[in-house]
Amino acid sequence: MKLHEYQSKRFFAKYGIPIPKGRVAANAEEAKHIAQELGDRVVIKAQVLVGGRGKAGGIRLAKSPEEAEELAAQILSMKIKELPVRKVLIDEAASIDKEIYLGITNDRSARKPVMMASSAGGVEIEDVARDAPEKIVKVYIDPLLGLRDYQARDIAAGIDLPRDHWRIFGQIANGLWQAYRESDATLAEINPLVITSEDQLLAVDGKMVLDDNALFRHPDLAEMRDLDVEDPSEIEARKYGLVFIKLDGDIGCMVNGAGLAMTTMDIIKLFGGSPANFLDIGGGASAEKVTAALRIILTDPNVKTVLFNIFGGITRGDEVARGILAAMNEVQTRIPMVIRLVGTNAEEGRQILSDADMITAETLADAAKKAVAVTKGDYVQ
Amino acid sequence: MSILVDKNTRLLVQGITGNEGDFHTRQMVAYGTKVVAGVTPGKGGEWVLNGKIPVFDSIRQAVNARGANVSVIFVPARFAADAMFESADAGIPLIVCITEGIPVQDMMRVRNYLDQKGVRLVGPNCPGLLTPGEAKVGIIPGDIAIPGNVGVVSRSGTLTYEILYALKQENMGVSTCVGIGGDPVNGTNFVDCLEMFEEDPNTEQVVLIGEIGGSEEEKAAEFIADRMTKPIAGFIAGQTAPPGKRMGHAGAIIEGGSGLAADKIRALEMAGVQVAQHPEEIPGMLK
Repeated sequence: MKLHEYQSKRFFAKYGIPIPKGRVAANAEEAKHIAQELGDRVVIKAQVLVGGRGKAGGIRLAKSPEEAEELAAQILSMKIKELPVRKVLIDEAASIDKEIYLGITNDRSARKPVMMASSAGGVEIEDVARDAPEKIVKVYIDPLLGLRDYQARDIAAGIDLPRDHWRIFGQIANGLWQAYRESDATLAEINPLVITSEDQLLAVDGKMVLDDNALFRHPDLAEMRDLDVEDPSEIEARKYGLVFIKLDGDIGCMVNGAGLAMTTMDIIKLFGGSPANFLDIGGGASAEKVTAALRIILTDPNVKTVLFNIFGGITRGDEVARGILAAMNEVQTRIPMVIRLVGTNAEEGRQILSDADMITAETLADAAKKAVAVTKGDYVQ
Repeated sequence: MSILVDKNTRLLVQGITGNEGDFHTRQMVAYGTKVVAGVTPGKGGEWVLNGKIPVFDSIRQAVNARGANVSVIFVPARFAADAMFESADAGIPLIVCITEGIPVQDMMRVRNYLDQKGVRLVGPNCPGLLTPGEAKVGIIPGDIAIPGNVGVVSRSGTLTYEILYALKQENMGVSTCVGIGGDPVNGTNFVDCLEMFEEDPNTEQVVLIGEIGGSEEEKAAEFIADRMTKPIAGFIAGQTAPPGKRMGHAGAIIEGGSGLAADKIRALEMAGVQVAQHPEEIPGMLK
């Protein structure tokens, strides 16, 4: 789950990281008031959870409260990469001498958090990593010990930060580590961390991504979730404990298990079709879950066929079959269905479904071929 | 012979009185696994499975009284890290964690701590281990595999069952099947298992099932090129997965252009692995 810039920076401020004075506004009038309070020059920043806000015109400098009002109105009427701008952040404008990148993320390969810094701030770190990897300094953090003071000094030295900034930089680096640690973040990033013309360090932009699996520990942060970035069917699926990801094909898939669900998508493609979604119904597969899953698949108007691929392991085939039957009764549809059911109690499951109007398949390959043929209209029984 | 678990395994179940723990303990016992104890804090002194298995409040008590050498964890995600620390501190050398949804920072602390203690972890978010005919530790259905000479290692659950089932249809047996789990930070990885399979006299060939995300398959390919003498067939799931989306498993995600299925397939093929286009091709690639 991603946090907005204003949420991230507020969180950083709790850990002693200096951020510009500023507040968030939902309309132009509020923006004007905030600009009046801040005085002089302010920056108006679109709060949307995508990159490239600046290029899209979502970050503008205003020299008066009236200009702030006008620009805020413009930005609040924009869509950036299809996301509506619902809030703008009004920050005191900083005069910038130098821009630095500072971030922490999980290095899955090292199984440790890694702190990264670069003297080339203000651009995406991925771009720096590609174009000038020598400009990135990395320090691995022992998750049991935390960031050591010397590591922060090493980073400061590594990016050629003038020595008189090392102490405050150490506090910021440690604050960022604490913020990352305390929020169960998978990414905590200040980009840029600037040196102002008054020679102060200031976190001008901030970004945090939180671990969805840890949100139970952070109900206050979980409430900040912005649903605009998610597909409505993905949100609906989550309510039922399903993992659904929309794709752009025309064969809907219902599968138990994540690896098998991906494999089912792949094999559809292998035999010339195109999957409409990823869907893992998980273990159990009650009638309620299967019904919800089927309804979600069929909300996509592109879906021409639905392929069920169920491996009865712990989940028994007859249980799933009953779930499917109940779902078919509830969700009346003329969309053709192909089913492959194997493993524990598969035979009983097939019996239960024998009266249902479904095309059956023995193997995974057979199921995929049939689903593709049905979709293309050249299936012969 | 086999790797990690066999008929000498003395298993302890953490979370034995929960729904999952209870159900799967029954399955493991029915398979013939020696389940010697269970632990649920606050339920010490009870007996489960018709008075056959004693329950203890702590791992240390269970280990002292019953001499367990492997522990399997079914506790909810929020308690799982503590369960692993407790097992490691009580001297259990092999921990198998089935639990899904453990926070990744918890897993980084657990993994680093276990490494310092020299404790092996399998999982989390995995189906566990199966040495057909000897021991089942976890949730892999026992009846879909027969004893034999194929070692199987996989990041997935039901996809692994597919492979085991396909092998059984062709009358091909398995030495040990290891589900290493779908989380971004886990314990035992592909290379560890390949090393063990290479040394295991009863394993003559290996099946490796990977998926998108991370670089463990690439590391496996490097190890295979350098060290493996036994033939390997593989499959990588997620060729059609879109970037930036977690495909069910927390670790199955293409990030910043890395973790792509195509790169993993290329690396494995370069190392001499036969990579199947779909799982049902695998038995035909083995002898």
